[in-house]
Amino acid sequence: MADSITVLAPGLLTTLQDAGRYGYQASGFSPAGAMDYPAMRTANLLVGNSPDMPVLEMTLAGLSCEFNCDCVFAMTGARMDAKLNGRPCKRYRTQRAAEGDVLTVGSALLGCRGYLAIGGGFDVSPVMGSCATSLKFGLGGFDGKKLSAGDVLKLQTPGVPYRKRTAKVPWHLRKDRSYFGDIHIRCVLGPQEEAFTAEGLRTFLSAPYKVTPASDRMGIKLEGAQIEAKDGYDIISDGIAMGCVQVPASGMPIVMMADRQTTGGYTKIATVITPDLHHLAQLKPGDTVTFHAVSADEARKLYRAYIQKLRKEEYDFLRF
Amino acid sequence: MEAKQGSASSPVFKPCGDCNLSVCFGTVIAPEINARVAALNASIQEKPPHGVLETVPTYTSLLVRYDPCKVSYDKLCERLRRRSDAQGSKAAAAAKRTFVIPVCYGGAFGEDLPFVAAHNNLTEAEVIAIHTGTDYLIYMLGFLPGFAYLGGLDKRIHTPRLTNPRTKIPAGAVGIGGEQTGIYPLASPGGWQLIGQTPVRPYDPNRKEPILYQAGDRIRFRAVSAQEYAELSAQAEAGKAVWEVRNG
Repeated sequence: MADSITVLAPGLLTTLQDAGRYGYQASGFSPAGAMDYPAMRTANLLVGNSPDMPVLEMTLAGLSCEFNCDCVFAMTGARMDAKLNGRPCKRYRTQRAAEGDVLTVGSALLGCRGYLAIGGGFDVSPVMGSCATSLKFGLGGFDGKKLSAGDVLKLQTPGVPYRKRTAKVPWHLRKDRSYFGDIHIRCVLGPQEEAFTAEGLRTFLSAPYKVTPASDRMGIKLEGAQIEAKDGYDIISDGIAMGCVQVPASGMPIVMMADRQTTGGYTKIATVITPDLHHLAQLKPGDTVTFHAVSADEARKLYRAYIQKLRKEEYDFLRF
Repeated sequence: MEAKQGSASSPVFKPCGDCNLSVCFGTVIAPEINARVAALNASIQEKPPHGVLETVPTYTSLLVRYDPCKVSYDKLCERLRRRSDAQGSKAAAAAKRTFVIPVCYGGAFGEDLPFVAAHNNLTEAEVIAIHTGTDYLIYMLGFLPGFAYLGGLDKRIHTPRLTNPRTKIPAGAVGIGGEQTGIYPLASPGGWQLIGQTPVRPYDPNRKEPILYQAGDRIRFRAVSAQEYAELSAQAEAGKAVWEVRNG
């Protein structure tokens, strides 16, 4: 059989994701892409792929699959109980699989979304510049669908040489500090913070908010103290950036994520800073968040430091 | 209402987090404000300023995604302000296109046409004549790929949305929802009153240009018979353009 893996059980929601389909938001396309971008990158780097290649994103419960060829793989993100041929299999390091091996990824013990990268990558044609799956539009990935049992996912071979040596990310560099269920998220107030009362802003920046089960790739829906607006929660529809915190008439905030609609008519009280988005991606229903405001200037500094850190990580792997 | 607010003054810049900013031209839905959004957007598309990655034009503002590692916020705002001031709303006027979209109204193609007519004390033919009698400005795209927010629906055919939204509306359905009219680009749930059906697909992932039109373009509907609809559908299936574009 050609180089591929066979899906034995797909898990709750497993999709192919990459860095996202950017450049089409003006036409109404959500960018999609991995919710936990740094975890996706690390998974790729561990197997010798370039960092933005498509990987499998598993939600809450992982997949089981059989390898139809020898390959290397790596798992990052949520701590999911993974076994290769029944033996425990560590995350954040390069793993080897032989033809006929079976990988079973169980439910998430810490965090929400796990990533599986395979050396060489998946053999998928990009749609509009990206392999990210958009379930809403049936676009990208494997025919725009989530994985189901029996799917055979072709791998890219030959050509892309995979990492021969085993790589491992040391504990202190892993990105799981957010997985402990009670986190602080930094944001920049606005673009419509003036639509809220002083009391409303104070509530937003002090009250703990609980993640509801309605949260998904479109948005992290929160519940807690009601945020008071001055004069209604509706605005003339405008563009929605990644991480925007919308407050609809319920007064409960929603953080807009990868599958968000591109435009919307609810007030946006704040925007989560890019370096903190992946923490949100790992929240499970019942976890709590509190929001802290940073100035827009500070946020841009933090962004630059974050990008530098990602680049340094890439460089470290290249040198490895 | 501050009807003309923003149409002459300089735009307002607001940060949206660390890598997006919003350029706001006004606080009311008006063609002249939207034209300024379109003009700045066209200028950016034509020659993107250093560090700008993507834009999303909407009714009164332009969302700009940029790379803060490449350009500082203040510098970018300054550049965009200068461009916008120089541009006014000229460019958008020059680039205007009108898409003529064939629609088969009523019957099985638009089952709510009788309701829309009855609600407004008109005959079905009058509703069709009014609906096809205007050019509609595409203020923005959003909600679904290729979904156009159109302005200019005649007051005489405003009709409230359905109380119970339909769970599935076919792609190409033409409807009225309150003061809005539009085309469903994808099969989706929806609460609009369906008055007709077009063989045109505003969104076709297999077409060279997957999205037919842009914000700033205009749409004009043209009534066709069931027979012509069938012919046009067959042509559309074969990959032919069944719409007409008028420039200027």
